[in-house]
Amino acid sequence: MAERSVIPFGPQHPVLPEPVHLDLVCEDETVVEAVPSIGFVHRGLEKLVEQKDFKQYVYIAERVCGICSFGHGMGYCQAVEHVMNIEVPPRANYLRTIWMEMSRVHSHLLWLGLLADALGFESLFMQSWRLREKILDQFDEMTGGRVIFSVNCIGGVLKDLSDEQLKTLLKVIDEIEAELKPILRTFLQDYTVASRLRGLGVLSPDDAIAQGAVGPMLRASGVSYDARMTGYAAYGDLEMEPIISKDGDSYARCEVRLKELLQSFDLIRQAVAKIPAGPIAVPVKGNPNGEYFNRIEQPRGEAFYYVKGNGTKFLDRFRLRTPTTSNIPPMVSMLKGCQLADVPLLILTIDPCISCTER
Amino acid sequence: MECKNEIRPIDLEQFLPEVIRFRQSGWRMGQICAVRTPGGYELSYTFVKDYDICTLRLSIGEETVVSSITPIYPCAFIQENEMAELFGVRVENLSHDYHHRLYRIERDTPFKEKG
Repeated sequence: MAERSVIPFGPQHPVLPEPVHLDLVCEDETVVEAVPSIGFVHRGLEKLVEQKDFKQYVYIAERVCGICSFGHGMGYCQAVEHVMNIEVPPRANYLRTIWMEMSRVHSHLLWLGLLADALGFESLFMQSWRLREKILDQFDEMTGGRVIFSVNCIGGVLKDLSDEQLKTLLKVIDEIEAELKPILRTFLQDYTVASRLRGLGVLSPDDAIAQGAVGPMLRASGVSYDARMTGYAAYGDLEMEPIISKDGDSYARCEVRLKELLQSFDLIRQAVAKIPAGPIAVPVKGNPNGEYFNRIEQPRGEAFYYVKGNGTKFLDRFRLRTPTTSNIPPMVSMLKGCQLADVPLLILTIDPCISCTER
Repeated sequence: MECKNEIRPIDLEQFLPEVIRFRQSGWRMGQICAVRTPGGYELSYTFVKDYDICTLRLSIGEETVVSSITPIYPCAFIQENEMAELFGVRVENLSHDYHHRLYRIERDTPFKEKG
């Protein structure tokens, strides 16, 4: 047996902009065990729910993470709305769906850029982030904010979109899609990309379920689960099927995310075509009293939002189980057996969001 | 789509056998959550299958020791360490026990006391 050595990975590493640490136990160049360490920037944001009233807390939920901001605000609001039996106006649900899918596009493009950079594919990195800017510019036009744009409130949304803004959005996503398709083709058919990612970090369907994988990571292993299918917000009115792949390797995880970009464009078009007129929020009276487990599909996967109210304006508990919390255990399991040089790429294929995890 | 979203109270004695049944029936572990109650904790273990979710609800005293579910669901280690570190829930048989060092925070069990 080769001598074992422990190689520290992170918390600062060129491919990871956020702090996560792994102790990689290696035999020669092969990883035989990986022990994760997180918690370098834990903020205790869940605890703040005891000091901010349930309406103010929307702004805290949105600040759990910059990339997943809109979804966190929406997931929290939906949980509180369920406890308080608030029926959100249909137009607000459509607006939430449009912004959620735009958030997914900018998150996936951000990830694609990071992965391309780690592969040394610098032109792809720049093209991905250039296209992402167009989505951020749209957020700016629509809401006044580019990343954290604070449009959710208990009972609906704070801002409406005019017909003109919706037309502009359709034009912009047409442009992005036209520019993105050749990029996706290039990425998925590139010899180097395939040779680096195919067969790397294979997760079988059974292991994906047993290890608690969520989101593109779960679907890349052939498991057809996408929380949007439960029909929250306006998803119940839209046509969609989960995008899955069979191979369960790093290439499959990339393929699922890339195809989800096109799916998001389709969902935005459907939502814009069907969005009804009407109010965007309802007045909220009283305080939440009860509990509810809400789940939504964030770009990185299923997220749980638990709220427990006691009849006062301060909640007893808010719990957010982020997708990355669920995807770290299967990632650690996949690292066993891989080559040391492949560790950064494999980690990037789960698209970890440490800001969410360190809520 | 109609989905079940059920919270099922359960005794400590029946807890692990029920978790094993979930595992054998192909349920995925969704989340683990602790809530402080007067004199103890309310622990929620949520499992997901297809689009249904079921939460097992344990109500325990402050000093009660809960068995880890990591021998059944190895992926539970992060969330069980979290509830031990933030709330002070006593969890035994954790596959990866971080001994309250999962998060690099200065205070012990900061979520245990309200406010």
